[in-house]
Amino acid sequence: MSTTADNYRAPVIARATDASPISETLQRNWEGAGGWRGWLSTVDHKEIGKRYLITAFAFLLIGGLEAAVMRAQLARPNGHLLSPEAYAQLFTMHGVTMIFLYALPVLSGFSNYLWPLLLGSRDMAFPRLNAFSYWVFLFAGLFLYSSFVLGKAPDDGWFNYVPYASREFNPGPNIDVYALGMVLLGVSTTVGSINFIVTLIHTRAPGMSINRVPILIWGTLTASVGNLFAVPAVSLAFLMLWMDRQLGTHFFDVTGGGQPLLWQHLFWMFGHPWVYAIVLPAMGMVSDGLPTFCRRPLVGYTAVALATVTTMVLGFGVWAHHMFATGLPLMSLSYFSASSMVIVIPSAVAVFAWIATIWTGRPVFTTAFLYFSSFVLLFVIGGVSGFMTAAVPVDLQLTHTYFIVAHLHYVLIGINVFPVVGGIYYWFPKFTGRLMNETLGKWGFWTMFIGFNVGFFPMHILGLAGMPRRVYTYPSGLGWGLWNMVATVGSYVFAIGIAMFIINFWISLKRGKASGPNPWGGPSLEWSTSSPPPVYNFAVIPTVASRYPLWEKHMDDVSGESTIHEGLLLDQGRETIGTSLLDAEPKVILRMPGDSYMPLLLSLTLSLLFVGLLLHDWEGWWLVGLAALATVLAGIRWLWPLPSLGETAEMSHD
Amino acid sequence: MSDRCQRVLVVAGLLIAQSGTAQAGPMSYLRTYGPAGNPVTTLGWGLGIISISVCVIIALLLLGAVFRKHKEITGNAEDHLVVHKDGGGMSWIYIGVGISSVVLIGSMIWTLVVTAVVATPATPAALTVQVRASQWWWDLRYDTKTSSRTFTTANEIHIPTGQPVQFVLTSTDVIHSFWVPKLGGKKDIIPGQANVTWLQADVPGIYRGQCAVFCGAEHARMNLLVIAQAPRDFRAWQEAQMEETPAPRSPVAYRGQQVFLAHCAACHTVRGSDAGGLVGPDLTHLMSRRTLAAGVLTNTPGNLAGWIVHPQSIKPDSRMPDQTLSGPQLHAVVTYLETLQ
Repeated sequence: MSTTADNYRAPVIARATDASPISETLQRNWEGAGGWRGWLSTVDHKEIGKRYLITAFAFLLIGGLEAAVMRAQLARPNGHLLSPEAYAQLFTMHGVTMIFLYALPVLSGFSNYLWPLLLGSRDMAFPRLNAFSYWVFLFAGLFLYSSFVLGKAPDDGWFNYVPYASREFNPGPNIDVYALGMVLLGVSTTVGSINFIVTLIHTRAPGMSINRVPILIWGTLTASVGNLFAVPAVSLAFLMLWMDRQLGTHFFDVTGGGQPLLWQHLFWMFGHPWVYAIVLPAMGMVSDGLPTFCRRPLVGYTAVALATVTTMVLGFGVWAHHMFATGLPLMSLSYFSASSMVIVIPSAVAVFAWIATIWTGRPVFTTAFLYFSSFVLLFVIGGVSGFMTAAVPVDLQLTHTYFIVAHLHYVLIGINVFPVVGGIYYWFPKFTGRLMNETLGKWGFWTMFIGFNVGFFPMHILGLAGMPRRVYTYPSGLGWGLWNMVATVGSYVFAIGIAMFIINFWISLKRGKASGPNPWGGPSLEWSTSSPPPVYNFAVIPTVASRYPLWEKHMDDVSGESTIHEGLLLDQGRETIGTSLLDAEPKVILRMPGDSYMPLLLSLTLSLLFVGLLLHDWEGWWLVGLAALATVLAGIRWLWPLPSLGETAEMSHD
Repeated sequence: MSDRCQRVLVVAGLLIAQSGTAQAGPMSYLRTYGPAGNPVTTLGWGLGIISISVCVIIALLLLGAVFRKHKEITGNAEDHLVVHKDGGGMSWIYIGVGISSVVLIGSMIWTLVVTAVVATPATPAALTVQVRASQWWWDLRYDTKTSSRTFTTANEIHIPTGQPVQFVLTSTDVIHSFWVPKLGGKKDIIPGQANVTWLQADVPGIYRGQCAVFCGAEHARMNLLVIAQAPRDFRAWQEAQMEETPAPRSPVAYRGQQVFLAHCAACHTVRGSDAGGLVGPDLTHLMSRRTLAAGVLTNTPGNLAGWIVHPQSIKPDSRMPDQTLSGPQLHAVVTYLETLQ
């Protein structure tokens, strides 16, 4: 986006919908090239959002297959389907895939698609950066999997403790791939987060003051701010590790005066906020979805929004609860124990807000509602097991066992996957213009719900029976055999549930009933556009007077009136409105960039740079130099002032 | 009762019975046997019961919320809302969060008290064991003030009952974690620092332990036994461990010792002989131990012979290489090792 004197013209206010004649102009302004050129150069947030969703789901399936093989190995004592090394690579890639390549990207997919629609805008603040963040995510994912096919995948668990991750104990390329891949992925996360933050600050529809944005916006905003502070810690840690391994530095090397515990601090300073980054937007989706299906506004909007922010703030002060057993002093153990327990309070705010919303509303039993409401229970189960592990002495028994595996799967599947699948059922009509099949949807839900609990609840029991995590096998006679078998069977049932969801998705894509713009009677702006929305989202920029613009007619306590089909008509090129931070008063017309190959090109050169760093041992540094040069050139080309964006002198004299 | 119903009940019964055995399993810490573990176990049960109660209450509220008789929709046909105000329902949050906070603060205080209680033993530990962890076994040194009474053993810790024992934990390679669940919580073993923990067994018995932090390929099979004995039995064991081994008496054992010195002594120590390697476990009193290869095999002559020639197929990637020995050589070396009582 950019602003110049020209952008301060008084815009026309008009009535229009996407059936009005003006829509042809808007369509011309906003549509891309089409064909493969359009596919490679698009910066449309909806296209990018869908790509994020599909790519993240592909990674979910890959990570799920890895889990299925591991569950086969563990189903019986003394399993020997897998070698120890193969098992190590599988559990590492399973964690890396689910946590980094599925859990956040899938939420970025929803947010990319939905944010401008929820905010009454025409695109994200930085559309090209948005495309760049997707491409880098995709290439980082491929990079992380590059050594998997050679049997040299990362093999030290997703938290990759040194010194096992050092060159001395792990000489192959395994850990280098992980280290460099994570730095590359961090680039994607960082620019994506900046984009969300600026989008929120600048591009809400007039009148959408900060206390009127949907909770999903709060969730993704909080996650994005959190990521900006958290990701540098892990990028730095992985860079230091790579330097230890390849350049002979000694950040983590005891013999050179380094500290293995430094790694754990840096990793968890990132890791814990990251956990909130991959659940808060999902919780936001439930907070926005439940009111639609309960036919009432969310109970305690302000409390839930503040609880979202509070959770993340507290989340930065609890990292050492992953390190209770490492020999920290008693005083810091006590502090981190108490701070971790305090997170119960904002969580309780959200839980009671959801229950009150259902209790005082009138549930509509759609598949999405089943996912959203059952999520509340899974959230609480994952929450109380977290509360137990926050108690230092109890955690010294629970940590490193299957109890933790159970806890983190209730968090990641319960609080991420369930809302995500529910969210797809909810927004599928918006994405495609069709409804998903409700009958198959409900069968799929129950299969998933039962399979999940049968598969993962027994892991609590296994943890209490003393089974450590990350063991490739176990002897009989320890009381672990039967529960492992139950866990395996349950997780396979869960997998069938996921398969039913995908089949439903596929069938509904082709044969789903037409949905119309607002099949659920939803309250927020995305439901005011056609389904799927036109490329320019809104024919005119709506003006917002309340939290629930589409429900205002029926609300007793809304004074103003939102206008959906009458507003700023910005039709001179790709334009949207820039508004002020708190009250969203219109300030400036933003000129948005058109489609561009530069995001793809810069992602490619940057990824090539990382490939060069990975191969520097064999190929020398020439590839690194060449790719670095290409990256700089691509960056310069990207930033070269464009007349169409009003970035050149001629334009501002217009 | 229908057949299916019966089958469900039978399966449920089996599962409950199985969870009983899980509780009694050798690695379960639902019941502990010493003051380093017991207050924690009580706290764990307490927090566990609170947690389960919270889940049950929330589940009931949720079911109630979903299935109660709801308000009818009033107003005109387009209006599908049942609540027409943005607000209300806050009492749910106030009451819910209020009760949660009280329970939370109580739990927090209880936790902090227990944290302090189990941090150090009530009386100073009289015995210290130096635990040195390596991929994938445990080196154990019993330190005393007089160096002639210091001895080293491996993978099997003997302790006297009724008194606290201190463990100083160091690593020769990567991070490991020292864990004997029935006696107390874990302590990670981190290169470059010596973490200290303590355990006490009030009941004689064999307590199983296991490395708890992923430490490489054979992490799954880095086991440990703690054998708690009445103080008198412990002292007898201690005296026996201090002794050096006598020279082999039979010719076969003598030949075995020669084979040992040629093939094994670079890594293993046998006190009282020329074997002084420091890479692998001290084998001075090998025959007094219950297991081989850090709890992977029971210590029988057959297993011992198999382990000597094929460690890489029994515990792949372990640091012990396969030995190429002739039949008579193997027989001799096993005979020799059998004398290391």
